[in-house]
Amino acid sequence: MPDILNFDKFFLPVDTWISALVDWLVGNFRPQFQMIKWPVDITLTGIDSFLNWLPPIIILIFIVLFAWKFSGKAVAIFSLISFLLIGYMGLWSETMTTLAMVFSAVIFCIVVGIPLGIIASRSDGFAASIRPVLDTMQTTPAFVYLVPVVMLFSIGTVAGVIATIVFSMPPIIRLTNLGIRQVHPELIEAALAFGCTPKQVLLKVQVPLAMPTIMAGLNQTIMLSLSMVVIAALIGAGGLGVPVFQGLNSLQVGLAGIGGISIVLMAMVLDRITQSLGELGKR
Amino acid sequence: MDEKNAIVQVKNLYKIFGPNPERAFSLIEQGKGKAEVFEETGLTIGVKDASFEVYEGEVFVVMGLSGSGKSTLVRMLNRLIEPTSGHVFLEGKDIAEMPMEELIQIRRDKMCMVFQSFALMPHMTVLQNAAFGLEVSGKSVKEREERGMKALEQVGLGANAHNYPKELSGGMQQRVGLARGLAVDPTIMLMDEAFSALDPLIRTEMQDELLKLQEQTQRTVIFISHDLDEAMRIGDRIAMMEGGRIVQVGTPEEILKNPADEYVKAFFRGVDPTNVLYAGDIASDKFVTIVDHKGEGLRTALEKINRAERDYGYVLDRRHRFKGIVSIDSLKQVIDSGTEDAKLSKAFLDKVQTVKSSAHLQDALPFISDVPWPVPVVDEDNVYKGAISKNIFLTTLHRKAE
Ligand SMILES: Nc1ncnc2c1ncn2[C@@H]1O[C@H](COP(=O)(O)OP(=O)(O)OP(=O)(O)O)[C@@H](O)[C@H]1O
Ligand SMILES: [Mg+2]
Repeated sequence: MPDILNFDKFFLPVDTWISALVDWLVGNFRPQFQMIKWPVDITLTGIDSFLNWLPPIIILIFIVLFAWKFSGKAVAIFSLISFLLIGYMGLWSETMTTLAMVFSAVIFCIVVGIPLGIIASRSDGFAASIRPVLDTMQTTPAFVYLVPVVMLFSIGTVAGVIATIVFSMPPIIRLTNLGIRQVHPELIEAALAFGCTPKQVLLKVQVPLAMPTIMAGLNQTIMLSLSMVVIAALIGAGGLGVPVFQGLNSLQVGLAGIGGISIVLMAMVLDRITQSLGELGKR
Repeated sequence: MDEKNAIVQVKNLYKIFGPNPERAFSLIEQGKGKAEVFEETGLTIGVKDASFEVYEGEVFVVMGLSGSGKSTLVRMLNRLIEPTSGHVFLEGKDIAEMPMEELIQIRRDKMCMVFQSFALMPHMTVLQNAAFGLEVSGKSVKEREERGMKALEQVGLGANAHNYPKELSGGMQQRVGLARGLAVDPTIMLMDEAFSALDPLIRTEMQDELLKLQEQTQRTVIFISHDLDEAMRIGDRIAMMEGGRIVQVGTPEEILKNPADEYVKAFFRGVDPTNVLYAGDIASDKFVTIVDHKGEGLRTALEKINRAERDYGYVLDRRHRFKGIVSIDSLKQVIDSGTEDAKLSKAFLDKVQTVKSSAHLQDALPFISDVPWPVPVVDEDNVYKGAISKNIFLTTLHRKAE
């Protein structure tokens, strides 16, 4: 047997390298990483305490009206029933926390992801270089994120939201890029012929026309963030993940079950509503 | 003619597509054509050494076949395509060398463009589309809506202001395209095959619309077309393009009377009237016909043709279906070879082709010009309808051209 294929002799200590890399990052850049935490923390705490402060009746009314306006009567009724059920199962407060985590994560995904998508649509080089990064972000198993996140950001809900942001950002970047690239070149030519600056072309033509595609990206981002937000309970994040993991640890099927049901109901409501937001942009 | 004021002057304008376009220039100097330059360098000549002037208030039509460089030329006038070299003077200022901010200002105030594909913004209402140029240049909402509405009314679409473009027919959409241009009150309108995507009836309607608008306000219009009828109808002057070059500029009459070369001639011949007439329309029945039956021999046929003072005879069967052509020479040849009792078909000419009476004259032209004899015209059942000689063909053209 050729020596080169002797796996005992030739061994790449990749695990050690990764540890060393993360250790080095933690050792030298922890303050910087803690700084990233800060805006996330403020956003999250703000939304969370606001949602938990509002009386449920206000939230219910708002959800129903919102669903009615954008998705019609059926979705409005479905949303009402879902959220009532969640309340009756005793998980209202956890659901609000999860909602706050999803909203915070999605806000950061939008604020960072849409500009990145726009840059990618204007530069083939940039688009090609972020592609493997996005692939990695999207395919790395959710659990694998958690270790470095804990080391860099310690545990808790904020760290959970940061892991969620990383996990759920790729679709909105990808679809913003795609949506803008799909705008017909003749429309861009027309815009230029009437004296648009490049910025005007972007804001008056490209982004509005890419909106349905961007909304589809937003929908995917929300769905991914919902799944991650639950897993984040593993590193001490609050919300609906908590009853699920408590139920798992103590073999209380019922507890895990109501946690699961609440997550599914919430996912369905968010999915229907954001989908119709996308339809709206299609005109 | 009174004094003409050149508002646009194009001087030695070139566009060469591809990396390092300078490589093409030395080849062009050696007199190499578009195909050769492409073969040697991979560069495409879009426009080659174009120089012309457009006068204030005229409709200037640029005409040529597909790929002749019309779109490239017109896009260099507002620099949607960067010229490789040369100058475009608008009211004395060189657009080709202007900084971007100044160029954007000119696009906003002085020029507008109407596109073949309409290129309306699907996310905006008809009114918002019409006011697009004004929005871009930062006019107030009130002014935008007023001027947009006025432009829409000019093209008869006031009632559709709050529709979306896709709710309108093609002709109406292009009216919106026109209104979008008119709303900015430009000095120059660039129209790239603006009416080509419309069906013929609507197209004429739009041409009339344009002429009507011209009567109200004399604008300078640079209109791209590949349709001669359109060019003659709306054009004060026409520029003919071929392979990136401008081969002739003049009024329609001038070009018609003195075509600069074979290409221009062919273009004018190729479109009208050959496009509207069919072979059956001009076939003449004055040629000698010989019905092939027992009593008809080579000599009687020869006799008939001679008596009519013609050179050819058209041989038909009893149901007047076309069988072939004999000529005085071919008949004599067969007779001289001593086979006097031979069948008429022995004297048939080779390579005889017929033209269907339903064929466009344009399609019939190659057959007519290729052979010395008048080309026989037949119907669907191969029944002889007459023949077209070169002479008939040319007089038809001449009559139409006048
Ligand atoms: N972006 C481009 N890159 C390379 N070659 C181009 C480009 N645009 C046009 N060309 C070439 O330049 C030549 C002129 O094209 P242009 O579009 O100006 O022709 P046209 O007269 O407008 O034809 P049509 O009637 O089909 O619109 C063609 O040979 C075309 O292939
Ligand atoms: Mg063209």
